[in-house]
Amino acid sequence: MAMEYYRPTTIKEALQLYQQLSYAGKNPAYMSGGTEIVTLSRFHLFQAASLIDLTHIPETRVHDVDGNHLVLGASLTLNEISEKNGFPLLAVTASRVADHTTRNHITLGGNISGKIIYKEAILPLLVSDSLLLIASFEGLKTVPIHAVFHKEPHLSPGEWVVQVLTEKNAVDRPFFSVKKRKIDVIDYPLLTLTAIKVDGKLRVAISGLCDFPFRSVAMEQVLNDPSRPVSARIIEALKVIPGDVRNDWIASAEYRRFVLQTTLEEMYAALGGM
Amino acid sequence: MLHVGSLEKVRLNINGHNRWVTIKASERLIDVLRNRLGYTGCKPGCLNGDCGACTVLVDGVPMKSCMMLAPQVVGKAITTIEGLEGTDVQKAFIEHNAFQCGYCTPGFIMNIEGLLAKHRHADEAIIEDWLQSNICRCTSYQEMKAAIQDVLHKRDQNHEELE
Ligand SMILES: Cc1cc2nc3c(=O)[nH]c(=O)nc-3n(C[C@H](O)[C@H](O)[C@H](O)COP(=O)(O)OP(=O)(O)OC[C@H]3O[C@@H](n4cnc5c(N)ncnc54)[C@H](O)[C@@H]3O)c2cc1C
Ligand code: FES
Ligand code: FES
Repeated sequence: MAMEYYRPTTIKEALQLYQQLSYAGKNPAYMSGGTEIVTLSRFHLFQAASLIDLTHIPETRVHDVDGNHLVLGASLTLNEISEKNGFPLLAVTASRVADHTTRNHITLGGNISGKIIYKEAILPLLVSDSLLLIASFEGLKTVPIHAVFHKEPHLSPGEWVVQVLTEKNAVDRPFFSVKKRKIDVIDYPLLTLTAIKVDGKLRVAISGLCDFPFRSVAMEQVLNDPSRPVSARIIEALKVIPGDVRNDWIASAEYRRFVLQTTLEEMYAALGGM
Repeated sequence: MLHVGSLEKVRLNINGHNRWVTIKASERLIDVLRNRLGYTGCKPGCLNGDCGACTVLVDGVPMKSCMMLAPQVVGKAITTIEGLEGTDVQKAFIEHNAFQCGYCTPGFIMNIEGLLAKHRHADEAIIEDWLQSNICRCTSYQEMKAAIQDVLHKRDQNHEELE
């Protein structure tokens, strides 16, 4: 299919392009690292007649502290985020996505906005109640990640993620982050689990277990229930997983549940029970 | 603002030379390098981001040329294996027999060039992390690690002599 490439250098230019290309019937899509776009295009699972590359817009390259927040531009690559280590939980979780060279391509914005179900970089943002700075035709808006992300990102046509903002006191909390793969050191996760403790309460987000990454209120309520012993909490948590557990050629649903159970035990051992 | 139409002539900076080439905006970098410009040193393996055989340097950073569209590198400096001439890494690969069939070799060398440019004193963990991006079906991994250690060792020696 004939495709065109555009490289805007301002937020306004990117939005205007999207609008103009839509009116012209040129089916635009935003692009960051391009890894998912290239991968899905090979299988004819991604269609766009024009690509708007966001990575040359300065606001998307920011790694800075602004007042009370750490600000991460959406075009920062996962390696850049890990190397700068401004948000240790995100740095560690990102450093286990794909392989080192591929992490020179993959961006924060692309990872959390993509179609591929894992989106491991979103997990630290979910447990930290991060905010997203979103560019829309109405202007820039800052919204809680939970307002936009439910199983997948819900952005209106033309909207895109400019930055991720995380409260300074949230980025330095003690954390637990583990990626369980079936055999190899490089692979999609059987299960990736990140957790932090805020005011004595655990917050947990998981990828690879269901067809979407999630942080579940029901699971956290059970995991933080002081009236039960830890072992009972884990068994109860397995009952309130917010979707079907994946059952595929990599692992059965039963095995994934078992891996979740042992991973939760490890989490309590690392962060302490109550 | 840069715009690359569906079929357009663009200037790419490859191995320090400006090359004008007509590309489709939807073409991957590997296809432009190999099929339109004759840089066949970047090898097609999986074409899926998994094997690293297609690795080139973009502004000094290792990138998988099968995972990029060619327009993404307009204005950036691309280095392919053809741009290296008897580097320390290349010499160490020969000295340590760090290949058998050699198909993966250009990809590994480009990745290692990027690694050693960034980390003058790379430790085991860093080397392991970077090398995991490439696959060698002939399993020359130990020889490649020995070649890297050799380059690092000689660097340290030269550094001491200079001091
Ligand atoms: C070899 C390999 C291994 C992988 N392993 C893992 C893994 O272990 N774990 C994992 O989680 N993922 C993995 N992935 C998937 C990878 O995470 C995605 O391909 C990647 O996250 C996409 O990021 P990108 O920057 O390349 O996005 P792109 O391909 O540029 O874009 C992806 C999608 O997001 C949209 N988009 C891009 N930027 C923005 C933005 N700023 N705002 C709104 N929308 C935007 C695009 O329109 C597109 O729909 C792997 C991929 C490869 C190639
Ligand atoms: S051919 Fe590019 S990673 Fe395998
Ligand atoms: S030397 Fe044959 S694949 Fe590496």
